[in-house]
Amino acid sequence: MLKFKSTRKLGVVTSALALTMTGLAGFSASPAGASSYQKAHAGGTLTLLASTAGGTLDPQVNYTLEYWQLYQATYDGLVTFQKVNGPASFTVVPDLATALPKVTNGGKTYTFTLRKGIKFSNGQTVTVNDVKASFIRLFKVSNPNSGSWYNAIAGGDACVATPASCTLSGLTVNAATNTVTFNLAKVDPEFIDQLAVPFAAIIPASTPTKDEGSSPVPGTGAYTFKSYNPNSSLVMVRNPYFKVWNAKAQPQGYPNKIVENFGSTVESEVTAVENGQADWVFDPLPSDRLGEISTKYASQLRVHQLTADWYVPMNTNIAPFNNLKARQAVNYAINKNNIVKLYGGSKLANPTCTILPKGFPGHTNYCGYTKGGGSSYNGPDMAKAKALVAASGTKGAVVKLVATNDAVNAAVAQYIVSVLNQIGYKASVVLQSANIQFNYIQNTNNKVQISLTQWYQDYPAPSDFINILLGCSTFHPGSDNSINIAGFCNAGIDAQIKAAETLTITNPTAANAKWGQIDKTLMAKYAPWVPLINPKLTDFVSSRVGNYKFSLEFYMYVDQLWVK
Amino acid sequence: MGALGVLIFIVLICLCAPLYAHYWAHVNPFSSNISGRIFINGHWRSVIQSNSTGYGESPIGPTWHINNYFLGADSQGRDVFARLLYGGRDSLLIGTASALICVFFATISGLAAGYFGGVIDWIVSRMLDITWAFPVYLLAISLSVILVTAGFSVGPIHVQAGSLLLPIIIIALIYVPYVARPLRGIVMTLKEREFIQAAIGSGASDWRILRKEILPNVAPSIIVFFPLMVAFNMLTESALSFLGVGVQPPNASWGTIINDGLELLYTRPWVAMAPGLMIVITAGALNLLGDGFRDAFDPKAKLRGSI
Repeated sequence: MLKFKSTRKLGVVTSALALTMTGLAGFSASPAGASSYQKAHAGGTLTLLASTAGGTLDPQVNYTLEYWQLYQATYDGLVTFQKVNGPASFTVVPDLATALPKVTNGGKTYTFTLRKGIKFSNGQTVTVNDVKASFIRLFKVSNPNSGSWYNAIAGGDACVATPASCTLSGLTVNAATNTVTFNLAKVDPEFIDQLAVPFAAIIPASTPTKDEGSSPVPGTGAYTFKSYNPNSSLVMVRNPYFKVWNAKAQPQGYPNKIVENFGSTVESEVTAVENGQADWVFDPLPSDRLGEISTKYASQLRVHQLTADWYVPMNTNIAPFNNLKARQAVNYAINKNNIVKLYGGSKLANPTCTILPKGFPGHTNYCGYTKGGGSSYNGPDMAKAKALVAASGTKGAVVKLVATNDAVNAAVAQYIVSVLNQIGYKASVVLQSANIQFNYIQNTNNKVQISLTQWYQDYPAPSDFINILLGCSTFHPGSDNSINIAGFCNAGIDAQIKAAETLTITNPTAANAKWGQIDKTLMAKYAPWVPLINPKLTDFVSSRVGNYKFSLEFYMYVDQLWVK
Repeated sequence: MGALGVLIFIVLICLCAPLYAHYWAHVNPFSSNISGRIFINGHWRSVIQSNSTGYGESPIGPTWHINNYFLGADSQGRDVFARLLYGGRDSLLIGTASALICVFFATISGLAAGYFGGVIDWIVSRMLDITWAFPVYLLAISLSVILVTAGFSVGPIHVQAGSLLLPIIIIALIYVPYVARPLRGIVMTLKEREFIQAAIGSGASDWRILRKEILPNVAPSIIVFFPLMVAFNMLTESALSFLGVGVQPPNASWGTIINDGLELLYTRPWVAMAPGLMIVITAGALNLLGDGFRDAFDPKAKLRGSI
C-alpha cells in the first residue's frame, strides 16, 4: 500500500511521478476542497465492479488496494494524506486531530489534540479512549504491520509478543485536555505516515478485538459500510452523523450510495461500463480490450504511473528455491518484456530488475539477471538459466506457482510456469480467488514455493519495499499476515536496513544511496524475488462519471465522482 | 454409421495431434510463445500484436493456413488448432476412460444389488442414493477442488495434482448411480424370469448364474449406456476444466481452451468457438451412436421409440 515522510523525499518522488504521469483525457492537478463542493452533482448511485471481493472488511486487518481505496471515504485517522488531486496527495494533514502533532523529546514524542464533536457512523462520539483502544486493537488483531511499523510505540514490542495482554504503555491519553500522546521507543522518521494509512483508523472502543471479517466496523468518514457479502456486493451509504471538519482530510462525497459488485469476469465488467450499466472497473483491464477502449472510449480512460512492483517471490526456506542458484535461474529465465505484453504493452508497464521501482527514492539502475548484464533489461538468458538449474541440482523438481485467477494474473502465471518447465522444472499453476490468494501465499503452513503478487507503495519511502517485504520483522511463520512472502531473513541485510533507517533521519540523500545499495545486494547475492514490471494504473469509468480525481497515495477518489 | 464415421474421424485427427504439432505446424502447444513471430503471406508477423494505439496486445487471429496458426493464437501465443487437437485427446481420453470405469463399477453394483437383494441390496442402494443425492456438478466441483489442486494419496497409491487420472476417477465415480440403478432394475426383472429360476433350480452357483445368464442379458443395456456416458462425461470434464478444476494448465482439454478463449471472446472468438463446436459435434455423434446401439441391441426400446 502507501506512505511517505519528509518534504524533501516527497519532492523527489512527486516530481518524478508528475513527469511520467499521463492522462488520456481530463486529468488536471486542481485540488478538491470543500469550497468547490457542487451540491447540484450530489446524489445517485455509483456502481463499481470487481471480479472478487478484497477479503476482510476490517480496516485494521485488510491490506489490499481494493479496500484501502474505499476506506478513504469511510475511516479517518488522527492524520491523513491530503485528499486532493495529483502530487499534493502525498502531503499529510490533520484529520481527527486539530493540527499536525507537536513533536518533542528529540523526535520520540508526538502529541495530538483530538477534535471535539465528531461522531462515528453508529452515533457514538469519538473520544481519546477510542484512539487508545484502536491502537491496542491493532496489535490484538495481528495487524500485518504491527511488528514492523507500530511496534515503534513504546510497549509495542511487548504487544507484538503477547497481543492478548497488550496495554501499549507508550500511548497515553488525557480526556480532560483531549490529547493523545505517543512515546516512541526509538525515533521513527516514517511514524507520521504510518498514522495516515487506514490501519491507524480510529474506530469505536467497543469494537471486538478480533478480525471482524464481513461485519462492517463503524467509522467517521463521509460514508459507512451498510452491508458486505464477499460473494456478491459491498454497499456504502452516507454516514448520517458526518459533517465536514476539514475538507482536505475528509471531504463531503457526491453519490448517495456506492455499490461494489463482485463476481463478474473483467471482460463483462468492461462491457458493462461501456454500456453505462456500471461506472468503474477495479481489475486490471484485459489486454485484448485496451485497443477498443483506447480508441472508442478514450475519454473514459485514465492512465497513471504507479510506484509499484509486480513480482515473483520465491520461498527461500523450502525446495527448490532455498537454493540461490535456482532463484537466480528463474531470474535469468523470465522474459520481462513478455510480462509487459501480457500486462497490456509498453505504454502500460516497464520491465524492472530491482526491488525499488523506477523513479522511487533509492532506485538504482541495476540489472544483474539479463543477457549481457548491465544497468538495463536486455531480455532473458535461457542458457545461463538452464546451466544454473543444472548446477543447483534442482532439475526435475515439482514446482507449484500460486496466483490469482483474474485474466492478467492468470496469463502471467501461465507464462511463468511455461518458462519454469523450459528450464527443467515440472511446474504447474494453482489459480485462486484474490479473496484468499494474498493471505494464502503469506502463510508458511501452505508451503507455497513460488507465487505471483503485487506491491503498491504505502508511502514513498524505500523501507516500505525493502524492510516491509524482505525484513526479518515482517516474516511471521504460520501466520496469514506475513508480508515477507519470500520468508527471507538475513541478519546482515537487516542490520543494513536498520542503518539506512537511522541515516534517513539525518541525511536522507545518503540514506537513499544506502537503500539502493541494499536493493542491489539483495538481488545480486540473494535473489529472493523476480521483479517483473512497474505497472501503470488504468481507470476505466463510465461516460456519465464526472469529477475524476486521483490521489497518488490511494488512487481514484470513489466518493468524489459525479454520477448526477 | 454417419455418427460413427464422424466420431472415428475426430478420434483420428486428435490422435494425430503430435504429428501435426511437431512435423507440420512446428509448434509446442504447451509452451508460451509470447515473443514469437511467424511468416505468413510473405511477411513476418508477431504472434502477439500491439494495438495501433499502443494500449493492449492481441494474439494473432485465424490465418486459415493449415500449417501455420490455422485458428490463430491464444493469449500465451500458442497455436489454437494444435491445442484443439491435443485438447481433444484429453477430452476424449477422460470421457472414454471415465465411462469405462463408471460402467465397470455400475455393472458390479447393479448385478450385486439386483441379484442378491437383502442386505447387499440395501447397502449398495443406500450408497448409490447418497451419491445421487448430491447435484452432479456440485459433487464433481467439490471433489475436484480438493483433489485436483492437492493431489491424492492413499497407501501406496499416489496421484499428483494436475494428473489426468483425477478428473477421470472423479467423473467416473459421480456417475456410477446413474448407470447402476437402471441395471439393478433390469437384473431384478431378469431374476424372476423362468430361465434364471431354472438355473437356480438346477443348482448352478451364483457366480455361474451371474456370469452365464444375467450378464449376457444385461450386456446390451451396458453397450447402449457406454457411448451416452462417454458424451456425458466429456461434457462434465469440459465444464470442470472451464471452471478451472478439471484439466490443469498447461495441459489442454476442450474445456480449458474455452476458458482461455473467454478472455478473448470479443477480439478472437474462434479461440472459444472452435472447442465449443468440437464438443457439440462429438457429443452429438456419441448420442446418435448410443441411439444406434439401442436400436440394434434393444428391440423393445426400438418398439417403444416407434410408438
